[in-house]
Amino acid sequence: MNRHLISAGDLSRGDAILILDTAEELASVGGRAIRKLPTLRGLTVVNLFYEDSTRTRTSFEAAAKRLSADVINFSAKGSSVAKGESLKDTALTLEAMGADAVVIRHPASGAPRRLTDWISGSVVNAGDGTHEHPTQALLDAFTMRQRLVGQGASGTDGSDADRRGQGLDGIRVTIVGDVLHSRVARSNVLLLSTLGAQVTLVAPPTLMPHAVETWPCRASYDLDAELRKSDVMMMLRVQQERMTAAYFPTVREYRRRYGLDAGRMALLPEHAIVMHPGPMNRGVEIAAEVADSDRSTIVAQVANGVTVRMAVLYLMLGGAGEETPMESAR
Amino acid sequence: MCAMRREPVDELGPSGQGHSGQGPGGVSDSGPGQPEQQGWKAVLTPEEIRRALTRIAHEILERTHGGEGIVLLGIPTRGVYLARRLAARIGEFEGSPAPVGSLDVTMHRDDLRLRPARALQRTQVPPDGVDGKTVVLVDDVLFSGRTIRAALDALNDLGRPRAVQLAVLVDRGHRELPIRADYVGKNLPTAHREKVRVQLAEIDGEDSVLLGEGDK
Repeated sequence: MNRHLISAGDLSRGDAILILDTAEELASVGGRAIRKLPTLRGLTVVNLFYEDSTRTRTSFEAAAKRLSADVINFSAKGSSVAKGESLKDTALTLEAMGADAVVIRHPASGAPRRLTDWISGSVVNAGDGTHEHPTQALLDAFTMRQRLVGQGASGTDGSDADRRGQGLDGIRVTIVGDVLHSRVARSNVLLLSTLGAQVTLVAPPTLMPHAVETWPCRASYDLDAELRKSDVMMMLRVQQERMTAAYFPTVREYRRRYGLDAGRMALLPEHAIVMHPGPMNRGVEIAAEVADSDRSTIVAQVANGVTVRMAVLYLMLGGAGEETPMESAR
Repeated sequence: MCAMRREPVDELGPSGQGHSGQGPGGVSDSGPGQPEQQGWKAVLTPEEIRRALTRIAHEILERTHGGEGIVLLGIPTRGVYLARRLAARIGEFEGSPAPVGSLDVTMHRDDLRLRPARALQRTQVPPDGVDGKTVVLVDDVLFSGRTIRAALDALNDLGRPRAVQLAVLVDRGHRELPIRADYVGKNLPTAHREKVRVQLAEIDGEDSVLLGEGDK
């Protein structure tokens, strides 16, 4: 594992599978009498959130606490950031407090990368601007593997033995919606292609990134053409808050062409699952009856988020950072 | 600090599970099925291993009054296979097989920070759990005792057994903690720097216990 997790593209296939396998084991901790492991005792994880977030921040907090780390939550509201403190000065403050890992969400793409220059601990990108959100991609991959890979693939746990060590080879994933503003889409494309899945992006021309042909995936403007050949439908949120121009005429038109409703869901293959990174705009990109159907993994994604983040924190902080001399002497 | 570990038997990554070649343990010397190499001396033959396990199974039954309420928990990797063999033998002797599972201790080890993070192994507890049971921990080699200490901690998080016992195939001495085994396949006097390697047919292709020089 690398010391930082900034981009899903930094993960090799081996790294990614190690994270998924580790998460598979850690999932059982949630069902135990004592939902806590002593592994990160004495380490401090700082959640540094410059953007609003409920599920990602609480998910990281739960993950760190289940591993017995101390958690400091730092949100831009009500902090010195509101008084104009720069990212660098905040970073130096955290460094002085002895943060072993900083989980950062920031509206500016690239902020986590900058942070690695100022901090001696590990940096985990929890979403930066329209760039990346690697742990979301990991939990999405974990959810796909849980539901679609191995015999006995179902929603429940149980026979997960045959999933270990496996990627997502041959699984067809269609990511639909506001790809342009979506860090989730970008991280997913990178990670899923590393794991062997075939990714197709579907978006209106105005919401398709410019150099999408350089990405390791296909692109299409026609949702209906992709429905029958998708094992996974991942619907993205229409991010009104990042839209500075008119990208589509009306919400109603967007819904008609790119929204997943019951009629479209019926055309999916029988085993296909529907995912959404949340928060959802019900009735825009996803109809309520689709979101609440048993094909939807939206709640499972949240639960898996905690275990995947535990795996990331454990693998980044649980061992010695580099090979110790003792190691090479063996 | 090297002395804390029984090298290399318990340091293997998840062998044969398709993980990247260099597991976090960085073990390069014991590919599955590799025959006896130079520098390694066999100290237990397959026959002797079989007899030792049969004896341990009988001892467990004696000490627990016919295996009432026992749960065998193997410590990965090789302890799990030993636990399964013991459970099968207990089943042969008594008619009903003993519940068997596995207990990964990685997250509870005291040497985690000394080395890169390791892949986790499987923890599987029989459906009835461990509360009120007599848990028999099973491992291949007992050395410093630190793995067993970690196992006791890990067990603590799973429930409250009535009693905990320890069965090992080889006790090689050099304890660093006040821990002893209840059932021992073979007491093997060793020098501190020597290495003990247990190979089991399930993953190594053959049964053997090998003793080797420490400085390879």
